[in-house]
Amino acid sequence: MSEALLRVEGLKKHFEVGGGMLSGPAATVRAVDGVDFAIRRGETLGLVGESGCGKTTTGRCVLRLERPTDGRILFEDKDITGMAEGELRAVRRRMQVIFQDPYASLNPRMSIGDIIGEPLKVHRIVVDKAKREARVKGLLSQVGLLPQHARRYPHQLSGGQRQRVGIARALAMEPSLIVCDEPVSALDVSIQAQIINLLEDLQRNLGLTYLFIAHDLSVVRHISDRVAVMYLGMIVELADRKSLYEEPLHPYTKALLSAVPIPDPRLEAQRERMVLRGEVPSPLKPPSGCVFHPRCPIAVDRCGAEIPPLREIKPGHWAACHLV
Amino acid sequence: MATLLEVQELKTTFSTAAGLVRAVDGVSWDVAEGETVALVGESGCGKSVSALSIMRLVAPPAGRIESGRVLFKGRDLLKLSEPEMQRVRGREIAMIFQEPMTSLNPVLTIGRQLTEGLEIHLNMDKVAARARAIELLGMVGIPDAERRIAQYPHQFSGGMRQRMMIAMALACNPSLILADEPTTALDVTIQAQILELMRDLSRRLGVAMLIITHNLGVVARYADRVNVMYAGRIIESATAADLYANPRHPYTLGLLRSVPRLDEPRRSRLAPIEGQPPDLTKLPPGCSFTPRCAFKVARCDKEAPSLEQVREAHVSACWEATRLTKQDAA
Repeated sequence: MSEALLRVEGLKKHFEVGGGMLSGPAATVRAVDGVDFAIRRGETLGLVGESGCGKTTTGRCVLRLERPTDGRILFEDKDITGMAEGELRAVRRRMQVIFQDPYASLNPRMSIGDIIGEPLKVHRIVVDKAKREARVKGLLSQVGLLPQHARRYPHQLSGGQRQRVGIARALAMEPSLIVCDEPVSALDVSIQAQIINLLEDLQRNLGLTYLFIAHDLSVVRHISDRVAVMYLGMIVELADRKSLYEEPLHPYTKALLSAVPIPDPRLEAQRERMVLRGEVPSPLKPPSGCVFHPRCPIAVDRCGAEIPPLREIKPGHWAACHLV
Repeated sequence: MATLLEVQELKTTFSTAAGLVRAVDGVSWDVAEGETVALVGESGCGKSVSALSIMRLVAPPAGRIESGRVLFKGRDLLKLSEPEMQRVRGREIAMIFQEPMTSLNPVLTIGRQLTEGLEIHLNMDKVAARARAIELLGMVGIPDAERRIAQYPHQFSGGMRQRMMIAMALACNPSLILADEPTTALDVTIQAQILELMRDLSRRLGVAMLIITHNLGVVARYADRVNVMYAGRIIESATAADLYANPRHPYTLGLLRSVPRLDEPRRSRLAPIEGQPPDLTKLPPGCSFTPRCAFKVARCDKEAPSLEQVREAHVSACWEATRLTKQDAA
C-alpha cells in the first residue's frame, strides 16, 4: 500500500461547447488543464480558487463523475481513469462526496432515514431492514442529529441540519476519501463552525481523507494540512498550510490572501490591499504563457511567452512562476 | 453631520401558514449624511426586510409594515402616497442587490436600463441621458463604455454587472444607497474591487450607504457604525472600531469568535454558536438569544432586555452586558 491514497497526474478535462446552429463555431473550454497532486491517507488537501478555476471539475474527475480528457487518477493503488461503470461501483463506495447546497442534493420526497439508508440498501451493505434502521440511527447520532430526525423530510430541517444529513449519507458507505465541495459556503457563519468541527472530529475518529474544495481562504487554512491554489485550470501553488499562508510565493496567492477582509477595523486601516486589475480571463481563450500574466502586478515579457512549470522551490513548496 | 435617515420602532410582519413571522420587531437606527452604516446578521434576522420596508417594497398581502416611522430628510416615508414614494425610489434612495443578474432586465440593453431612470426621474432627453449613462459607466470603471452601452447583461461578467448596478444606483444622484449583500455573490478578488469602488464613490459624491451583510470582515473595513441584528431586533450597535474592540453582546462575541481568521494563529478548534436561530413564529418570551447563550442568567428566559448604553456611543441589549469582556471570548 502506498502512502498516497489518491494520486492525480497530468489531469485534463476539456469541454466542447457550441458548434450548434445558433451557438457559432465549436470551441474548447479548458476547465482543468494539467493538474498534479497527491493526497496522503488521513490528510486534508485544500483546493482553493475563484469561480471557474476548475476546482469543482477536478473534484468531479476524481470521483469519476466526469471522464478525464487526459491524465491519470490512481485511487487506493488502482487506476480508475478509464474504469467502466460496473467496476466503478465498488470504487465509489470508498469515495464519497458532500455538496455545497444540502437542499439541492437531498431528495425532497424522501425521509431523512430513507436518504441515509438507501445507499446501504442499493450497495447491499445492510440488507436487513431493522438492522438498516439501527445503522441509520447510529449515523444520525454520529453527525449530531437525533433518532427522530429519521422520520422528517429535508424541508423540515435547517441548512446546518441538512448538511449533517449529507455527511451522514456519505459516511454510510464507510469511505476512505470524501470530496467536500464547498461544504460550508451556503451556511451562516455560526453554523459553519459547527460543521467544520464535525468534519474534523469525524476525520480524527474514522481516519478519513478529505479533498476540501472551497473559495474561502480562512476556512481552508483552518481545515487543511496542505493547500493547492488553482487559477484557470492549473495549480499555481501547492504547499503545506503554514508555508502557503505565511510565505506565499505566487503573486496570485498573495493577491488572494490580501483580498480577504479581516474583522478588525484597526488592522484593516493599516493594511495595504493588493487589488488585482481586471477579471479572470475566459477558459475558452486562456492567455499565452503564464495564465495569470495579464493580471499579475510583477509580470515581465517572458511571462506572456513561456508557461511556467510547477517547480519545487523549497522542500514541499511548489509554485508555477518564472519570478520566484 | 445631520441625520439623513431615521428608522423608529419599525415593525414588519409576514403572515404565513405557520403563523405570524415577526421579521422586523421594533428596530430603530439612523444614518447621517455621507455616512456608511452596516446592518449585520445571519439569514432570517430581518436585515433585508428592514431595507425593503424603508423602500416600501414589502409585498402585500402577506407582508405588512405594522408600525414605526421611517424619517428621511424629516419626512415619514411610511405616510407618503404611492406616487410620492415612486419619486423617492431610485432618485433619492437607490438600492443595490446581491445577485445583479436577477435584478437587471435581460432583454434591455445596459444603456436603456441606465437611461430609463434618468428620463423618468430627471426629465433628461435621450441625448443627455445617453451621455450621462456613458459617464456613469466610466465612473464605475467599465472600460469602453461607448460600446458597452449597447450590450445586454448576459454579455457582462458578474463583477461588471455589479459595477453596472452601482452605476444605476448612482444615476440620479441619490443621497442614500441601500446595498443588500452587494459582494456576496462575487469572488474575493472582485469583491475587493467592488468594495473599494463603493467606498471611493461614496466619499467622492458624499452619498450615505447602508451596507447589509453577514460578513463581519467586510464591515470592519468599510463601515463607520455597525448594527447587529438577531431574530428581528437590533441587539448591539456601536462604532465599527468599538464594536470589534469591545463587543458587549454574547451574540456579537459568538459571531466574532466562530470565524477562522487569517491574521491570528490557527486555532485547534473553532468555537461555534451552538444550536439554531429561533423560529420567528414562536419567539421565546425573554431574550431570543437565550437558548444559544453561554452567559445566560435566570431572568433572560423571562424578560427581554432593551438596548442600554454600555460605553460611549455603544448600546447592547443584554442583561449581562457589563459583565462581558473580550477576554470571555478567548
